Amino acid sequence: MIDPLDAVAAVGRGTLGAVRATGAVALFGAAGLSHLLRPPFYGRMFLLALVEFSYFSLPVVALTAVFSGAVIALQSFTGFSRFGAESAIAGIVVLSVVRELGPVLAGLMVAGRVGAAMAAELGTMRVTDQIDALGTLSTNPMKYLVAPRLLAGVIAVPLLVVVADILGVAGGFLVSTAKLGFNPSGYLTSTFNILTTADVVAGLAKAATFGFLIALMGCYHGYNSKGGAQGVGSATTSAVVAASILILAFDYVLTELFFAR
Amino acid sequence: MSGPPKNIPKIRIRGLTKTFGTKTVLDGIDLDVAAGTSMVVVGGSGSGKSVLLKCILGLIEPDAGSIEIDGRDVLRLTRQEREQVNARIGMLFQAGALFDSLTVWENVAFGLLAQHKAARAEARQKAGIILAQVGLDPSVGDLSPAELSGGMQKRVGLARAIASQPDILFFDEPTTGLDPIMGAVIDGLIVDCVKRLGSTAVAITHDMASATRIGDRAAMLFRGKLVWQGPAADLLHSGNPMVDQFTHGRREGPIQMELRR
Repeated sequence: MIDPLDAVAAVGRGTLGAVRATGAVALFGAAGLSHLLRPPFYGRMFLLALVEFSYFSLPVVALTAVFSGAVIALQSFTGFSRFGAESAIAGIVVLSVVRELGPVLAGLMVAGRVGAAMAAELGTMRVTDQIDALGTLSTNPMKYLVAPRLLAGVIAVPLLVVVADILGVAGGFLVSTAKLGFNPSGYLTSTFNILTTADVVAGLAKAATFGFLIALMGCYHGYNSKGGAQGVGSATTSAVVAASILILAFDYVLTELFFAR
Repeated sequence: MSGPPKNIPKIRIRGLTKTFGTKTVLDGIDLDVAAGTSMVVVGGSGSGKSVLLKCILGLIEPDAGSIEIDGRDVLRLTRQEREQVNARIGMLFQAGALFDSLTVWENVAFGLLAQHKAARAEARQKAGIILAQVGLDPSVGDLSPAELSGGMQKRVGLARAIASQPDILFFDEPTTGLDPIMGAVIDGLIVDCVKRLGSTAVAITHDMASATRIGDRAAMLFRGKLVWQGPAADLLHSGNPMVDQFTHGRREGPIQMELRR
């Protein structure tokens, strides 16, 4: 016999679980941030996380940016040439890269690379008692492991996005001038005419938010992982999936905030 | 610093209870450990030994009961006061729980470095001295924990636990996974360290040879209850049928393993 109330109960359980998880993540993030304001600070841990976040992600982010800038130039040319609107291509490339593709694609790539590594590292530390050991050595694990990574995420991803913006525009520029026959100086002039400071700032604000989300998801899922190798594996998966979805969701919210009139 | 009065036990546990879901892991534990003595808690797998240790350390919050260290109920302390108490506790974890991202000497000197109590050069030197105390050559300090054998990892874990000269030391199954000779070596080092520091020690183990070597007094935990307490020397001839069955490893007796036949 299937009780029709089972379906209602399942919905209720799911809702309660989602609310509980949201609350737990929020408390975790707030605790991590609060440790950034209270000494002692672990500068060494911050620098290590910053290098891992930014320097080692550079190749991946750079390649992603070049190709997406190039493909936008190509796609918009095939579409816009029908209406004789080829002159808009420089603007389309720079605005889509700076406002959207730079932050979002860099965020997704970093979530896959750094978020996963973070969850795996903290998860392994959890299941091998290393996080408990920190506590017995008068070191607060939130302060030592989580706070430096959150800060590194907020700082590193905007830096990566600056690089991604430049390379994305360069990718579009290359295709437009080498293949589509645009005049190089004309292309650059219209690029800079269209781009405003507000576009760049909004893109970087998105990047900082995404960096925080990546670090938060990596730390939260790793820190709370349990159950040996399998637990660490599922923590890693959850960290990447959650960070990716949150990046896209927050991208919409921030776009609404910055650009919708 | 004036010590606490002699008649107050260093650690005093009353009515300690912890339940996970429907399973009662600790069921009203009463235990006193006098200052400067060693207490060994023996019991089978899943008898609640590790949970007891984690409760005293503050890693798990018990449901009921009190834990007093030097006459102060540590369950009612603020987080800051709790950290001060923990600063005087050293712990040797079962699998070592060495930080695998750090070298051996950084592990040993972790407490000094994390609290910025010593410069790196000075901490390096101190780590060498402590490594020598557990019978390791200071040159081991430059290796990473993964390069060490199980016995060496245990010794490094011991070195890390005694580095801050704690007045309480906890040992979680110090000889598990070691050969009998290395087990005896570790026990000898533990007894030496505890004597030299004048610390109070609590060890949990199911290794009878180790229990009688380390302990002054012993207690046996079975299904969350203390079923016997007495001098560690009496473990092998306590007269208590449960303890006798356990210490002599008999299949028949008052303790029935929950096995499906």
